[in-house]
Amino acid sequence: MTKVTLTLNGVERSDDIEPRLLLVQYVREVAGLTGTHIGCETSICGACTVLVDRRAVKSCTQFAVQAEGKAVTTIEGLGTDGQLHPLQEAFWSEHALQCGFCTPGMILTAHQLLGASNMPDEGEIRHALEGNLCRCTGYHNIVRAIQAAARPN
Amino acid sequence: MEAATRDDTPLVHRALGTNVSFTRTLVAGDPTEAFASAPVVRRQRLVNQRLVPVALEARCVIADYDPGPDKLTVITSTQIPHTIRALLAKVVAIPEHRVRVIAPEVGGGFGAKANFYPEEPLLAYLSRRLLRRIKWTETRTEAFQATTHGRDQLCDLEVAADAGGRLLALRATIHQDLGAYHQLFSPHVSGGTTAMITGCYAVDHVEVTLKGVFTNKTPTDAYRGAGRPEATLIIERAMELIADGVGKDAAEVRRLNFIPADAFPFETAIGIRYDSGNYQGALDKLLANADYTALRAEQERARREGRLMGIGLCNYVEMCGFGPSTMMSSGGWETCEIEVRGSGTVVVKTGLKPTGQGEETAFAQIVADRLGVSLDDVEVIHGDTDLVGEGIGTFGSRGMAVGGSALMRCVDTIRTKARRIAAHLLEVHTDDVVFEDGKLHPTGAPAVARSFGEIARTAHVATDLPPDLEPGLTAVHYYEPTGLTFPFGAHLAVVEIDRETGWVTLKRHVAVDDCGTIINPTIVEGQVHGGIAQGVGQALFETTIYDEFGQLLTGSLMDYAVPKASLLPSFELDRTVTSTPVNPLGAKGIGEAGTIGSTPAVVNAVLDALRPYAMDPLTLPLTPERVWRALQQAAP
Repeated sequence: MTKVTLTLNGVERSDDIEPRLLLVQYVREVAGLTGTHIGCETSICGACTVLVDRRAVKSCTQFAVQAEGKAVTTIEGLGTDGQLHPLQEAFWSEHALQCGFCTPGMILTAHQLLGASNMPDEGEIRHALEGNLCRCTGYHNIVRAIQAAARPN
Repeated sequence: MEAATRDDTPLVHRALGTNVSFTRTLVAGDPTEAFASAPVVRRQRLVNQRLVPVALEARCVIADYDPGPDKLTVITSTQIPHTIRALLAKVVAIPEHRVRVIAPEVGGGFGAKANFYPEEPLLAYLSRRLLRRIKWTETRTEAFQATTHGRDQLCDLEVAADAGGRLLALRATIHQDLGAYHQLFSPHVSGGTTAMITGCYAVDHVEVTLKGVFTNKTPTDAYRGAGRPEATLIIERAMELIADGVGKDAAEVRRLNFIPADAFPFETAIGIRYDSGNYQGALDKLLANADYTALRAEQERARREGRLMGIGLCNYVEMCGFGPSTMMSSGGWETCEIEVRGSGTVVVKTGLKPTGQGEETAFAQIVADRLGVSLDDVEVIHGDTDLVGEGIGTFGSRGMAVGGSALMRCVDTIRTKARRIAAHLLEVHTDDVVFEDGKLHPTGAPAVARSFGEIARTAHVATDLPPDLEPGLTAVHYYEPTGLTFPFGAHLAVVEIDRETGWVTLKRHVAVDDCGTIINPTIVEGQVHGGIAQGVGQALFETTIYDEFGQLLTGSLMDYAVPKASLLPSFELDRTVTSTPVNPLGAKGIGEAGTIGSTPAVVNAVLDALRPYAMDPLTLPLTPERVWRALQQAAP
């Protein structure tokens, strides 16, 4: 067992874990935050995407111990004080989810994109989403939602 | 698959003595004579490849047997919890009233979760045996290997036309790869192909032979469209072959052959009764929206510049809204129950099992609108057989058409009882009570109106009810559809092909869909978006490959190409509305239409771009390699 200390959704915590434990397993099984999903084991689908120090990473291909000393944000940590994050709000209002399984990963990937570019065009958004699969929406409304969240109010 | 039918091939099931599970032949008119005398006859072999549904959430089952009350609870990611309950009771030998099946939020189904899988009874058995709660989650590779696949049809198509381009006869010999075992729907899936093989067109002479073949592969079963996408590809290729054969534009040939809008209800040559339709109307709107004339002019310019641009059309009609019960093996009805609480809030229980389609929202909208309550005061419950006792489930685009109709019946029952209570309170005749915007009042006297909430309270307090009326404000209905629904539409795809690599870029996808009455346009469009993406996947990207030893080579998302955001354009949608007479809502269903309409449009666009090069056999998907190879042929 190894001790890992990190900040998860703004709260510092330490846990004794197996060194081989994947970050996604840590988030789901140790921290009990099941908003992060597992859709494949090959780093293709992106359902497990979380933010590590504000960068979107696929938590199924990173060990939990690699997040030592870092700030991990999952979908549960995005909204504040019961208010949805603007991206969550936009996904809801633009009907950008159907079954919802890919949604947490999509939103966190979009979060990184909007951190890097204020007004990405459709091509940039579609390129940024290449690592996140959705089987329900055809991406059409996901692109719209990200555009809506990017739009200055 | 053809090899499986040869005499010297080992048998999948030795006891059967053959790998051919079933053979059916349907003949209408005199196809032999029609083919013999037709001036234009064209043939093509079509391969509707094997697809993997890839719901993003793999299957998961939790079984929990509690010996105290002798109760088995199974939580499973399914589209059909009530069927699972009945089959679990049978297989695990536990009385059905002691089985509870819960299907919580399910991460996509697409038909592959409308099945009874071995893990469900296995975990139930083990939990009962070991008195432990047991959980199993499929890995993605297991999902590729063991969750049912879709399509996998080989079709030898022959089509006969007159010199003007009128379709005279159609002959198709279809082999359906069933995989190793039958599943819940498997023989009916390819039956859907034969049923819909004449598409939107009037043709008198038809011969369809369907062979279901066992192979040593994963079983095939329902996958979004389930038989109708295959039929649509076949008939829409037939239209293109005729257009080619008579030298006319593909849109013009379709126009010549449409079942006219005034011919409905229409019985096809092979005996399928279409409810309503206006195929010409959908095509006209599509061509106007896409600016077809300008597109053809642009294509001419592209060709002069040496660019390979293609325009593809598809007019589809599909069959959904399943039952009625006479065509299902265990009921084609759907249930709904509405309970109005004493406070006037509403609980709706539906036997459907949405997996992302959004019926929770659409149903709440109907209730809010018809009872005049706030959307926030309506709760829609589904997917727990102890909470919703009876139901059939969500598949075959039946949610709104069948489940929504059951809901409408309940709403009507609630409204009727509410008006009777209001009449009693207001001391007028029930016929004189107006129920609008959540208020009930005598005709012409809105000032004395009682709110729906007051009526609900009266029904529960029960001190001032008409003497012959039971307390409470509750309705339960089983809705039995009177027939199938036939949504339709027209899709147009524009593609460009890279001559060097064979890469196909989908530049535009324009669609006009008609699913009858629409409750929530946003949800309907969302269904079409996702359907188109899956149909494009079949046309261009997705395929399932086994090696010669039966080893699955495409067993992960690294090997199986689910369309990505960067591979698709935004879609251009529009609609026509032709309601159906077979249910009280007039709704037809939209879950599968996008998938059914898009694949042939994209395929036709690629083949249009490739002219004069052809593909025979036409094997999907049209990967860069296949397209590149076609371009290397000597020009015909």
